[in-house]
Amino acid sequence: MAKGIGIDRRTLLWMYETMVTIRRFEEQCKREADAGKLSGMHSSVGQEAVPTGICAHLRTDDYVLGNHRSHHHCIAKGVDINEMMAELLGKVTGTNRGKGGTMHIADIGKGMLGANGVVGSNIPVTTGAALSAKLKGEDTVSVVFFGDGASGQGALHESMNLAGIWKLGVIFVCENNRYAEATPFEYSVAGGSIAARAAGYGFPGVRADGQDVLEMYEVAGEAVRRARAGEGPTLIEAQTYRYLGHFGADNPLLYRSEEEEARYRAKDCIAGLSAHILEEGVAGEAELSAIDERALAAVTAASRFADESAFPEDRELFADVYNDYASGRFTRHAESGA
Amino acid sequence: MSETRENLRALTFTQAVNEALRQEMERDGTVFIMGEDVAGGAGRADFEDAWGGPFRLTKGLIGEFGPDRVRDTPISEAGFIGAGVGAAATGMRPIVDLMFVGFFGVCGDQIMNNAAKMHYMFGGKVGVPLTIMTSIGAGTNSAAQHSETLYSIFAHFPGLKCVCPSGPYSAKGLHIAAIRDDDPVIVFNHALLMGRRGANVERDDVYGLHVPEDPYVLPIGKSLVAREGADVTLIGTGYTTLVCCEAAAQLAEQGYSAEVVDLLSISPLDEETILESVMKTRKVVIVDEDYPRCSVASDLSALVAEEAFDYLDAPPKRVTAPHTPVPYSQPLEALYLPNRERVVSAALSVLA
Ligand SMILES: Cc1ncc(C[n+]2csc(CCOP(=O)(O)OP(=O)(O)O)c2C)c(N)n1
Repeated sequence: MAKGIGIDRRTLLWMYETMVTIRRFEEQCKREADAGKLSGMHSSVGQEAVPTGICAHLRTDDYVLGNHRSHHHCIAKGVDINEMMAELLGKVTGTNRGKGGTMHIADIGKGMLGANGVVGSNIPVTTGAALSAKLKGEDTVSVVFFGDGASGQGALHESMNLAGIWKLGVIFVCENNRYAEATPFEYSVAGGSIAARAAGYGFPGVRADGQDVLEMYEVAGEAVRRARAGEGPTLIEAQTYRYLGHFGADNPLLYRSEEEEARYRAKDCIAGLSAHILEEGVAGEAELSAIDERALAAVTAASRFADESAFPEDRELFADVYNDYASGRFTRHAESGA
Repeated sequence: MSETRENLRALTFTQAVNEALRQEMERDGTVFIMGEDVAGGAGRADFEDAWGGPFRLTKGLIGEFGPDRVRDTPISEAGFIGAGVGAAATGMRPIVDLMFVGFFGVCGDQIMNNAAKMHYMFGGKVGVPLTIMTSIGAGTNSAAQHSETLYSIFAHFPGLKCVCPSGPYSAKGLHIAAIRDDDPVIVFNHALLMGRRGANVERDDVYGLHVPEDPYVLPIGKSLVAREGADVTLIGTGYTTLVCCEAAAQLAEQGYSAEVVDLLSISPLDEETILESVMKTRKVVIVDEDYPRCSVASDLSALVAEEAFDYLDAPPKRVTAPHTPVPYSQPLEALYLPNRERVVSAALSVLA
């Protein structure tokens, strides 16, 4: 059967809307950064299909954990974009009450157990969420997204071994966007394949075209089925590309060519899905334009919501942490009246 | 005046570190650098040196010394910092770059169990001449994992030397000292200092704009008096030395003469310079951006209380970050950081 043929209309249009929303959101973030309202962030533009294809199979009570580049994971898992934008601007209405920011968005109610700024750091935590499900006898799935760079961390290998011996319902999703900062994948990954490493731990490792959301959807379907059925983990290496620099002002042309960028942009995941939807007659131009407009309006509203929200009050600094110093034996906030 | 002096070399902190690394690599063929994107564009001839280090401290070095000695690594801190320990124990002088100090958790075992202990544990028969460069400091809107000023935790371990430059001059001298030292040394570079030049145009020394071209060493284990004064001692480290100098200037306007001690070396600690100053001024404010519990600040406070109790006119006072992780939101982060106003108000409270 040709790719995407068995996928129902609702799912296809959800995936389309999710990817467009992610892209509009990231574009808005860049404008916020240019306006000096946030100091910079890791853009996921180009990589929308990876979490979208996976999260299309997930329930709210399944867990997703991300890395430093995680806005797309959050949106695909259903985190509210108003709260996300407010978080980026450090507002108290944000997902984390303004205390976490772009690299740490979390929304437990939506099953987003957090982005993480330390490369590789969330992989063991995800394994623990899957262990928890096993101990509780639940069939929830835990998914961790990490980059090709993170595959160099011991934490991945230790976690794959744990998940392998305990047959945990973890899906290890490597977004291989070809670069870790300015370091090319082919330099930093011995053996040239991340997917191949799963074999050493006794579970499937698959390479998928991360620019093709239909392929992501298909591969994820089998991984999620395995995980729910208690058959154990899967490692998915999604071949993708980040269109922009690593962070904020990074100029990617210092380490890659314009031709290469153009080659990947020509395989854009949103254009690919919209062509499929139109060709298969799932929806027409007008319906897709209406979705485009709705996504843009939602992002514009999120930006307004964030702007109109308040910053946290001073006492938030001391909230949520065990702290016997808040009342000020040392010269700090209370005394200085700052 | 310095500004108009002939041959004035007003390097930034970053340029000064870069020069130190270059000169030491020229002098000693066993010195080499490892870290993530210390060059960038690894393996691509057309894109060599795409980054030159996350803070550009190593820019240009790969062109001069090649990829064997300016070695990009995968994101494997336990791996390459541990490899630094092994290479150091077997005749090389590696410099490894730990991008942000908060990432030490990934490689803590290598630093704390191997680098710190091998020399002692092996009866002094193996040396570990390893230099770890890392960045510290909040104020960049980067949240809890990328903003810490963790040096206390390293100073806790016998066998690790810890230094913290406060400007371009001390940065060059301390990096050279670290590389030449036969023990593992961690150099803590504050993110807010790296793009800056020297603090004081009027001066000709460590605190001036000028950075001498010839290699020089600032001795590890030695603190310096950044500003002389008689009424109160303000102790700073790295960036907080600048905060102390600003506070001292404001205190001067209010008629108080504050002395600023720049710690520079966190371990070993220059007890003599600290105690001499405190015994003279009889009052001390300790300023530190690290967490307050079990910290360099609490250590200094204990030192002063134990060794200079009879000289003190007021209890030692600490101005530190609060006992909380670093918040993301900018107003909270501003509240988090020790700043000039807080130092001035602490000083006035011990002067009263
Ligand atoms: C332990 C650790 N080391 C280094 C960094 C600095 N850093 C942040 S992102 C990044 C590159 C990550 O590359 P990859 O995992 O491929 O993800 P991508 O940025 O490509 O999405 C690095 C080195 C970090 N955050 N954590």
